[in-house]
Amino acid sequence: MSPDRRQFLGWGAAAAAGTALAPVIKLIELAQARSPQEAASALQRWGLLIDITKCADCDVCVTACHDENGVTGYGRPETDAQWIRKVNLRDRRTGYAQTLPLMCQHCEHPPCVDVCPTGASFKRDDGIVLVDKHTCIGCRYCVMACPYGARSFIHETVSGQKADVPRGKGTVDSCTLCVHRVDRGETPACVEACNRDGGKAMAFGDLNDPSAEIHRRLRSEPSTQVRADLALNTGVRYQGL
Amino acid sequence: MMRFAVAVLTVVLTVAGFADAEEKRARRVAVPVVKIEKGEACVAPTEEMRRDHMNMLLHQRDRTLRQGLRESRFSLKNCVDCHASRQTGSVLGKEGFCSSCHTYASVSMDCFECHTPLRQTRAASAPR
Repeated sequence: MSPDRRQFLGWGAAAAAGTALAPVIKLIELAQARSPQEAASALQRWGLLIDITKCADCDVCVTACHDENGVTGYGRPETDAQWIRKVNLRDRRTGYAQTLPLMCQHCEHPPCVDVCPTGASFKRDDGIVLVDKHTCIGCRYCVMACPYGARSFIHETVSGQKADVPRGKGTVDSCTLCVHRVDRGETPACVEACNRDGGKAMAFGDLNDPSAEIHRRLRSEPSTQVRADLALNTGVRYQGL
Repeated sequence: MMRFAVAVLTVVLTVAGFADAEEKRARRVAVPVVKIEKGEACVAPTEEMRRDHMNMLLHQRDRTLRQGLRESRFSLKNCVDCHASRQTGSVLGKEGFCSSCHTYASVSMDCFECHTPLRQTRAASAPR
């Protein structure tokens, strides 16, 4: 039985629609970036998962972060800004040593936001904790409140800032989870550098998205929060700690 | 005749006085240099920009920082990209687009305490 003309045309249309739609579906999958007209949404919560067992004895994440965000120092470790640092842990009894990157943990209940007298320290709808330097008065309450020591005060006049990362004297700043990159649909600089040059220990993703790799790993593998006893529900989780 | 002479003299003196004052003022504070380096038109008519650019920036900054809306139209980055000087690459400096007017009007601006006044070159923003 040969197909009639109408049926043949129907098959043709279906095939054409299929080929036209396939790339569109692919694009929707890939396009994580919001459009610039779309506000950050509470449906998402950005976070990191760091596997310390893979964390090599290097500091590519620190270098990449400070390059990306224009964080420069004056060789004065006491007062220089630090957005991310390597912390070395050593068990006194067994001598077992570990190293891990520590930065702003992007808490769900951030103490820095609670104590800020001007509302400059705030949590964006998608879980990223930021400082609004337009209203920051440099009181440094948040520096004291943060249990992770993630915030730094800028003591000296800054020049040569990056266009996406304004920083200035008299304000507090910290890891922004590379919010300017996240808004473009990219991953933070530390994650990119770790997966390129480091131990591939860091993963970035949406903690609320069941289809995200980070969500799958958190669901199926053990992970810990630093100072989980404070019940801050951090956005940065560790494995092997 | 006498009256006419007085009138002429008065007019001449007044004009000279004005010119003198103008010159003194010009000597005291440099008249702003408005050099448009790039682009045909700004994001809004010139009159509106002169009056309201600070309000546009104020609203945009909160939308961008707090809501993550990165529309480029009223962004400071967009201002700097067009208005930075071709020589220095900056909107500050003696003949800088922002600073020359602000110095003339004696209005301080805090934007560039934190934000970079430099145009971002294509090479710097390209991925490594």
